[in-house]
Amino acid sequence: MSQKKPGFSTVAIHAGTAPDAATGARAMPIYQTTSFVFDDVDQAASLFGLQAFGNIYTRITNPTTAALEERIATLEGGTAGLAVASGHAAQLGVFHTLMQPGDEFIAANKLYGGSINQFNHAFKSFGWNVVWADAENPASFEAAITEKTKAIFIESLANPGGIVMDIEAIAAIAQKANIPLIVDNTMASPYLCRPIEHGANIVVQSLTKFIGGHGNSMGGVIVDGGNFDWIGSGKYPLLSEPRPEYDGLVIHETFGNFGFAIACRVLGLRDLGAALSPFNAFQILTGCETLPLRMPRHCENALQVAAYLEAHDKVAWVRYAGLESSDNHAMAARYLPKGAGAVFTFGLKGGYDAGVGLVSNVELFSHLANIGDTKSLIIHPASTTHKQLTEEQRATAGAGGDVIRLSIGIEDVEDIIADLEQALTRS
Amino acid sequence: MEHGQYSDAYIRDILANVKTVAVVGASPKTIRPSYFLVKYLLSKGYDVVPVNPGHAGKEICGAMTYASLADIDRPIDMVDVFRGSAAVPGVVEECLKLDPLPKVIWTQLTVYNEEAAKLAESHGIKVVMDRCPKIEYGRLCGEIGWVGVASNVITSKKPKLQDGYQRFGLNSQ
Repeated sequence: MSQKKPGFSTVAIHAGTAPDAATGARAMPIYQTTSFVFDDVDQAASLFGLQAFGNIYTRITNPTTAALEERIATLEGGTAGLAVASGHAAQLGVFHTLMQPGDEFIAANKLYGGSINQFNHAFKSFGWNVVWADAENPASFEAAITEKTKAIFIESLANPGGIVMDIEAIAAIAQKANIPLIVDNTMASPYLCRPIEHGANIVVQSLTKFIGGHGNSMGGVIVDGGNFDWIGSGKYPLLSEPRPEYDGLVIHETFGNFGFAIACRVLGLRDLGAALSPFNAFQILTGCETLPLRMPRHCENALQVAAYLEAHDKVAWVRYAGLESSDNHAMAARYLPKGAGAVFTFGLKGGYDAGVGLVSNVELFSHLANIGDTKSLIIHPASTTHKQLTEEQRATAGAGGDVIRLSIGIEDVEDIIADLEQALTRS
Repeated sequence: MEHGQYSDAYIRDILANVKTVAVVGASPKTIRPSYFLVKYLLSKGYDVVPVNPGHAGKEICGAMTYASLADIDRPIDMVDVFRGSAAVPGVVEECLKLDPLPKVIWTQLTVYNEEAAKLAESHGIKVVMDRCPKIEYGRLCGEIGWVGVASNVITSKKPKLQDGYQRFGLNSQ
């Protein structure tokens, strides 16, 4: 193609998927194989020593998965990607690369409940200590920084509170402290927000959500922003020190501005093992092609449903950054100018019992724990995703007993609203 | 020319047309980036000439090492500089004493010297700075995508398979 930078839709369809070199297959083949034949022992040694590009074993690299990695990295404006088994595996890979036992990281207190669990429990057992900061107050992140702080973690659009984070303000705090900012961009997708352009250093996503769109395949991705000086900071030995795993190779020196993604792959994924199936990579890659068509429809439908609910007499409040009544409306205009996403929460005047009633009475909405599907989804966080949190933690996370979370699909919006109307009437 | 941004066509033209590449600062240590580069360019069929006074007379990946550019016994198409930015003017001076002149002077990632580049260009030598030929070759042939790196190349043309199972070459475009 000519040197002009291709647009988002072109990238979503083409990046990473030239025709297959061996057969000319135009769709990305599913390389459903565990391993790859070596030309000779010298080439094998080059591959194991990271001296050559190529495939050894699908736990570490696979051409179908690699196509997905390249595409998402390009969509996010990063230098490289690493696709893994789930969004949680992506977070594990990132923190494994950054943290040593006893280190701290600061996380926004408005996060997906699964991430709160992962940080509070699994990560603590590795000695990686989370320190929570107020998502809506960037100064609280700065105040939480200590000598042990290795990273800041936020969601661009927080799930489920509908908070739009001030990415640039928090990026500036991270930069001043010489630590990377990690942004979970699952709820926005790169179509609505590209955090690296706002100063983020690392992006993670659950590919299970909007990128795939169909809800048929799990997946996660780490994207390297290529904009952090690992050797200069000296705080991250996996990137800046000679690695015994590779005879003393220094990852950042050798791989430059995609060193972080390489470290997550060859020091993290290689040993931790949460690899993505090539079949899932193919499914997600196919779904990704229609991301730029689906996201505008998701946002339009969500805005109409939010406005309908805001006017409903059984609804106490609606928290959707796309509504003018939202405290986050101005922040959404700044970071999500193409739409405030498809996921939002609202409160029922009838409280916990009304919430349970509503999820039981819907007929088009699916009652399940996912977001970002083409189908409209509903969940009552207090009785499901956030059940394991304390009542106080639930309230802090925006998941109190009266709260319902919707992920608005791309069906006809009249049908979505009609289903809510009949279910609210019966609840 | 403006440095910092190079078109893919400019880089592809250089990598597709040079044959003999001197690598100034090539290391015999198998974990050094310069060793990776020498090994990769050899695998792509380039005639690679390591230059390192401390290793002269010995081989790196089977290629004989010379003490200086002046000592090399054959014409050099491209000189790749694996030295700090401050060393670049000296390397350019050495290049200008060669007959014939090299067609290209290339400096590695983080290695940048605008004045030295201007001097080389005034003698008709093409200059690339702050890039790695291995990364650029891997990017333009498609191999770099195997490790998830964004090549920023979009094409409906099939990659060019070289001999072996996993080797791409440069398409002429």
